Amino acid sequence: MSLEKQKKYWKENLRYLAILLSIWFIVSYVFGILLVDQLNTIKIGGFKLGFWFAQQGAIYVFVILIFVYIRLMNRLDKKYNLDD
Amino acid sequence: MDIQTWTWVLVGITFTLYIGIAIWSRASSTGEFYVAGKGVHPIANGLATAADWMSAASFISMAGLISFDGYDGSVYLMGWTGGYVLLALLLAPYLRKFGKFTVPDFIGDRYYSNVARVVAVMCALIVSFTYVAGQMRGVGLVFSRFLEVDINTGVIIGMFIVLFYAVLGGMKGITYTQVAQYCVLIFAFMVPAIFISIQMTGNPIPQLGFGSTGTDGVYLLDKLNGLHQELGFHEYTTGSKSKIDVFFITAALMVGTAGLPHVIVRFFTVKKVSDARKSAGWALLFIAILYTTAPAIAVFARTNMIETVSNTKYEDLPNWFSNWETTGLITFDDKNNDGTVQYVADASKNELTIDKDIMVLANPEIARLPNWVIALVAAGGLAAALSTAAGLLLVISASVSHDIIKKIVNPKITENGELIAARLSAVVAVIIAGWFGINPPDFVAATVALAFGLAAASFFPAIVLGIFYKRMNKEGAIAGMIIGILLMLYYMMKFKFDWFGGGTKNDWWFGISPEGFGTVAMFLNFIVSIVISSFTPEPPKEVQEIVDTIRIPNNVGEAHEH
Repeated sequence: MSLEKQKKYWKENLRYLAILLSIWFIVSYVFGILLVDQLNTIKIGGFKLGFWFAQQGAIYVFVILIFVYIRLMNRLDKKYNLDD
Repeated sequence: MDIQTWTWVLVGITFTLYIGIAIWSRASSTGEFYVAGKGVHPIANGLATAADWMSAASFISMAGLISFDGYDGSVYLMGWTGGYVLLALLLAPYLRKFGKFTVPDFIGDRYYSNVARVVAVMCALIVSFTYVAGQMRGVGLVFSRFLEVDINTGVIIGMFIVLFYAVLGGMKGITYTQVAQYCVLIFAFMVPAIFISIQMTGNPIPQLGFGSTGTDGVYLLDKLNGLHQELGFHEYTTGSKSKIDVFFITAALMVGTAGLPHVIVRFFTVKKVSDARKSAGWALLFIAILYTTAPAIAVFARTNMIETVSNTKYEDLPNWFSNWETTGLITFDDKNNDGTVQYVADASKNELTIDKDIMVLANPEIARLPNWVIALVAAGGLAAALSTAAGLLLVISASVSHDIIKKIVNPKITENGELIAARLSAVVAVIIAGWFGINPPDFVAATVALAFGLAAASFFPAIVLGIFYKRMNKEGAIAGMIIGILLMLYYMMKFKFDWFGGGTKNDWWFGISPEGFGTVAMFLNFIVSIVISSFTPEPPKEVQEIVDTIRIPNNVGEAHEH
């Protein structure tokens, strides 16, 4: 594979990482910790929203993030013919 | 059948299963011993990683911790799951592509230096030994509570089981026993949770149940907040820790999880890079089943417990109370001699002390579930402790036989010689771990949580920079690791063991507790590494080429000897 292509592949990978890790940061650190009191004023069923993010929501989003990453990378590998 | 017979039966069946698997899948080469021949299916690896990761602490203690801490307990929930996102996105695929056997392998080769390798081995040993001592103790505790044998006898039984299957089977053996152990522990965790959720809310899914209304039509969490207020505790759904501390503890646990060598090495056991990503996803999914159930159990158990004991006459208390009183895990001290239990926040009036572990261990009894469910919890606790202990022992043995003996002391050692060395170091590691289990030093309880800080402060930056920053050289990485781990050790000793003048909560730097300090030490590691590397020569061409190759996922070699 040419160096040019390698660089492009790596750049796209880094872009995915930046997007996914921003979501990772927002659901846990922002929703679950920094803005927890503001979100707690909203109630869904018996859950205060901030509390729910900290003890449930963040974990669900983490799982989804990894599976989205797997899909994105499998597509990217195919595009650059890097899949084994 | 009574509880004890049920427990012996279930423990007997599961132990036979683990030993059977070990005999069937014993290792015959170093590749199989260290990384299971790199042929594990991603889902199997996900299951094994989940069991490897979830320790006695996750299974027995975590729900109880959350139960007492309420919102503050979220640090464990987010911290111990969010780390897998970092693992999957930043570490696992690249380390798998690199394709050696251990974490110090990567550090040693990437930083072209045996000094870096030795520093990494030391960090791996410190982290793994602090962690494994707690596991052996956990095995002993489960035995003593459920089977009424002496704690030390329990530790010794556990030692023999682990010895047998880790030494015989190596990574290959423990991978498949861990798959079985995951099934046992998750079944044992979920069955009581589902029963109790139905009892209390009518909803069979605990994750939804604890946000539903109880039989009286009041939302469970509202009721619990009310009870807390009445008894003078802080509100369950809001915390008492400072925001900055919660932030830093969560970060230290996340980054520490991603830096734990016994977790990282699991991703060396799959066939290709895309499998490493996949198994991280499966692992987190399997872990999330327990981690999203734990906060529900915490709420059910807390509400149940308060409603049962608060202001109840001592002689009217249910059977389980006196059962657990004899173990010393519940103590009642009738301070005002009214024969009634006062359970309140005010320490001078409170008459009840409850060990947090009871929340999971006694939960089935409190909810009056059948005997076999109670016995199942014992088998689950043992599965959780044994699977983690085995994973840690393997890291310790590989550090000694591969990273020290093969890579530094005697590179000419034969394949067979190395395999014998690996098995012998596993035996020695089991004995040391067992010794710590029988004579737990005071610092064990304090340091298990801090193992994460140590891992965050040492490994994580060195590995991430090694992959994402080509210019990173050995001078920077070594300085970063040493300064990171020393600062973390210093802070931990100062505020946990009162060395170097000690200090109280008011002296914490920026109000950050020792548990959260790993994050600070990690940032310092990053800064030191980057600054020093920019003043020192760039890494050699071959090393920069290694970095280029690990960034590209294809052409992964088979398990290779080097």
